[in-house]
Amino acid sequence: MSDGIGARVKRKEDKRFITGKGKYTDDIRTENQAYAAFVRCPVAHAKINGINADAALAMEGVIAIHTGPEMKEDGIGDMITGWAITSKDGSPMNCGVWNPMVTTYGRYVGDAIAIVVAETQAQARAAAEAVELDYEELPATVFTGDALNDGAAQVHENVPGNMIYDWEIGDEAKANAGLANAHHVTELEMVNNRLSPNPMEPRSAVAIYDEAEDHYTLYTTSQNPHVARLVLSAFYNVAPEHKLRVIAPDVGGGFGSKIYIYPEEITCLWASMKTGRSVKWTSDRTEAFLTDAHGRDHVTKATMGFDADGRIVAFKTDTIANIGAYVSLFATVTPTYLHGTLLSGCYDMPAIYGNVKAVHTNTAPVDAYRGAGRPEATYTIERMMETAAREMGMDPAELRRKNFINEFPYQTEVILQYDSGDYHKLLDMAQKEADVAGFEARKAEAASRGKLRGIGYSTFVEACGLAPSAAVGSLGSAVGLWESAEVRVNPVGTIEILTGSHSHGQSHQTTFAQLAADRFGVPIDNVQVIHGDTDKVQFGMGTYGSRSGPVGMSAIMKALDKVEAKAKKIAAHTLEASEDDLVIENGEVKVAGTDKKMAWHEIGLAAYIAHNLPEGMEPGLKETAFFDPVNFSFPSGALICEVEVDPDTGVTEIVKFTAVDDFGTIINPMVVEGQVHGGVTQGIGQAMLEGVVHDESGQLLTASYMDYAMPRADDVPSYTLDHNSTPSPLNPLGIKGCGEAGAIGSPPAVINAITDAIGNNDLDMPATPSKVWAALQAVKPAMAAE
Amino acid sequence: MYDTNYHKPSSVADAVSALSGAEDGKVLAGGQTLLPTMKQHLAAPSDLVDIRAIPGMVGVDDDGDALTIGAATTHAEVAADPTVNAKLPGLAKLAGGIGDPAVRHMGTIGGSVANNDPAADYPAAVLGLGATVITSKREIAADDFFEGMFTTALEDDEIITAIRFPLASKAAYAKFPNPASRYAMAGVFVAESGGSVRVAVTGAGADGVFRHEGMENALSGQFSESALDYTDVDAGDMLSDLHGDGAYRANLVKVMAKRAVAKAG
Ligand SMILES: Cc1cc2nc3c(=O)[nH]c(=O)nc-3n(C[C@H](O)[C@H](O)[C@H](O)COP(=O)(O)OP(=O)(O)OC[C@H]3O[C@@H](n4cnc5c(N)ncnc54)[C@H](O)[C@@H]3O)c2cc1C
Repeated sequence: MSDGIGARVKRKEDKRFITGKGKYTDDIRTENQAYAAFVRCPVAHAKINGINADAALAMEGVIAIHTGPEMKEDGIGDMITGWAITSKDGSPMNCGVWNPMVTTYGRYVGDAIAIVVAETQAQARAAAEAVELDYEELPATVFTGDALNDGAAQVHENVPGNMIYDWEIGDEAKANAGLANAHHVTELEMVNNRLSPNPMEPRSAVAIYDEAEDHYTLYTTSQNPHVARLVLSAFYNVAPEHKLRVIAPDVGGGFGSKIYIYPEEITCLWASMKTGRSVKWTSDRTEAFLTDAHGRDHVTKATMGFDADGRIVAFKTDTIANIGAYVSLFATVTPTYLHGTLLSGCYDMPAIYGNVKAVHTNTAPVDAYRGAGRPEATYTIERMMETAAREMGMDPAELRRKNFINEFPYQTEVILQYDSGDYHKLLDMAQKEADVAGFEARKAEAASRGKLRGIGYSTFVEACGLAPSAAVGSLGSAVGLWESAEVRVNPVGTIEILTGSHSHGQSHQTTFAQLAADRFGVPIDNVQVIHGDTDKVQFGMGTYGSRSGPVGMSAIMKALDKVEAKAKKIAAHTLEASEDDLVIENGEVKVAGTDKKMAWHEIGLAAYIAHNLPEGMEPGLKETAFFDPVNFSFPSGALICEVEVDPDTGVTEIVKFTAVDDFGTIINPMVVEGQVHGGVTQGIGQAMLEGVVHDESGQLLTASYMDYAMPRADDVPSYTLDHNSTPSPLNPLGIKGCGEAGAIGSPPAVINAITDAIGNNDLDMPATPSKVWAALQAVKPAMAAE
Repeated sequence: MYDTNYHKPSSVADAVSALSGAEDGKVLAGGQTLLPTMKQHLAAPSDLVDIRAIPGMVGVDDDGDALTIGAATTHAEVAADPTVNAKLPGLAKLAGGIGDPAVRHMGTIGGSVANNDPAADYPAAVLGLGATVITSKREIAADDFFEGMFTTALEDDEIITAIRFPLASKAAYAKFPNPASRYAMAGVFVAESGGSVRVAVTGAGADGVFRHEGMENALSGQFSESALDYTDVDAGDMLSDLHGDGAYRANLVKVMAKRAVAKAG
């Protein structure tokens, strides 16, 4: 079947997106549309004594101005966290209270203080500027590494020392003993730079309160509209769940930042009720830099011990993770269960210990961002491997091979059990495709042009489809992590797939349809995928953590099984055959070895006309399924980056980037390649260009693209991609997930290549030309003095 | 953006009177700098005087000794102009390296020079070639025109009408783009004419575009990359920000100067 599993089907959504016909939240316009703008905290830490809105309220078009204390009075709840972490001493975590709008203290530049509702967006913004703030500026804690220092400014009164939790994983005594007896010990301090998510579409919300129906509708830029509805009703009390419809229409990228329910959506819903108007807010780019949840921001000290043969004997990490001024929805799990549990990498490590201290600072909240925790773990491990190989005078690929896990399932020392993989094969393939054998010659040729050529590796494993629900519950999760699906066959045989997953760039409209096309042999054009509307789709958990494949598609497979079983019963009854003799081919159900058959649409019609169904069968052909996986899935890969550095300017050019991945079963290779292209490009962005920078007072210096460098097409090479699949035994498709792997694996490959080129391991991300040049001067004192 | 009055005069005289009659009037050219600042509420002029429809404001005039470029000529027009490419190819290349295609098709030479952004490219060419800024009131030599970042000799109701670039026997520009904005982090324009050399640096200086005397002297003696080996760029005079400190920019100035010399041939 040409549209089935494994086919390079062109995307059904492309016509809409490429011709500018997508329908995004900001495209929604209602009859009584009003517009919101927020008054925001201008400094990193302040006591807000009050506002004076008299002048602003008198301005043309201004409808209302409301504040945090009013919201609190109306019973709107505080922001919640979705995962409770327990500190190593058994105490629960400490987090500061987060009011959707400030009630007393503003804790980062951008903290929402008041909402202005006006007839036009321009009027709302002008009035927001005219609101006078009465505040006292307070000392701020800005930098990750400073938060735990004695005398650091307290971000929240109830969080002493700014410490949210002091968490550990693994066996410290065993790791210490391993290190004490190690033949060689490698130590490195690394910064995992803070990133801004930068989806192309900024966040937006249209909140509509219908007084006659006492009903709310919220259009919003969400990766998980059902979770948004649940949280908005159960915790924030803006509207009861059955009277709130949440719609996430086309969403232009999320990368994690649109998982969370932000103050603006809550406030717009409340303001719609207060004003009787439909209230729209759309973030501008600077607001996005200021208030979208940032990613990463770890400072880590790592120690790895090896025996004389180069086998890892112990690994220890000590991390400070910046959570920002407030604990965003999944902020606590990212540095712990999504980071600490991956510290074994793809290596057989007998002793591991990880300590993570999560801290508050006077900066925007930090939460999961493409990869979430796994990039941080991978970066630490893979920089350590490369550095250790250099220190021990070993080939970095050989050191990895010596330590690779060879048998599956594999139980690590840090909770996880890996499902399947062939790490040797991935590295072999990558080395061949990167032509590692020819590297020395290329290096010499580059040197003749005055360029420094370097090569760097990253072999990684990561975990997708966080699960199962009971296990994550026991680790502190407030939610279950299953997925739901419904498959409806219409009377004419066309198919609708309703999914709890949400596509904001993942191509579900195409790949999910391929599953049904594959199963029943119908053209993909006859399959429609519906998602993102709580009135249409039953409760679902949404898309993040590369879960739409392993979890979302698995739910669809289960529903397809049920539909197939019922369809076969109908066909067997009609054709007077045994179900066991039926086969589905090219859109027909046939009795094997005979010419008896029913076309797919005839079965659909039979199910709904219901004139001749098997005894006791209910009419209709529509099935629902929930899938709760038994474990994560574990994609892996071998990446090789080759760079050329210009020693005069520090400019690094990536001359070749090879990625050989194991994503298990691949539904659509073109879509998977697209995900790898995007992921690797984001990883290169982190490694060489991107970084959120604050000044000492907590003002954001990178608040626009004038200063925040996003990767452009000419910053990255054409990628060399390949796959070797070992299907996951844990889900019906054998699928592992591919949405984040590129961003997880690539940063250390890039940095390892640059440090190889310049001969200095002391280099932090982003490795901008100025930093690379400075690192070169540090190892070439003679040149610098010239 | 706040409300503003829009004027589209068809003569320089009308433009000047619209400007002087306004409470807080501003010239509008390509709008690539002015409109974003208005959208961000960083500027709120009462009146905008669009000069692009004034006859004579667009185009390149060649009198044999100099090229005179109309103030409203876009970067794309300069980059593609056959005369500029034949007579001052370094200037055409500079224009072709500004921003992206959308910016180049809207942004103008007059707007760039009037704005005098410390990281803009054109000021290096104007100062490096010793050009003359022609305004509604007078002619101003480049050396007298730029007065530090975002500051020029222009008066409030003075409009740049054209810029006259004397031809040079050798001229080239080398730019190191900022990785984020792709404005110049260090851009060096080198020009040789009748044995004398001018070197103008943009992007790197703490106080905007400037001439580097040491390099000019060295290159006047011998127009070669190696002549620059023993020149010194003072890191203390350089901008220092999140993209690079003074030492890095000082290094870039020297590297870009050498590359400009190599290009100029
Ligand atoms: C994304 C982007 C990237 C860019 N990259 C670069 C780059 O790499 N290098 C670079 O050099 N520039 C860059 N620019 C700036 C660009 O070159 C602008 O075109 C230029 O700075 C302003 O020209 P304009 O015609 O748009 O002027 P406007 O924005 O219309 O005006 C700018 C200022 O000059 C005044 N003005 C305009 N014309 C005149 C005149 N004739 N007489 C007196 N005053 C006048 C206006 O009143 C205003 O104050 C970039 C801009 C953008 C938006």
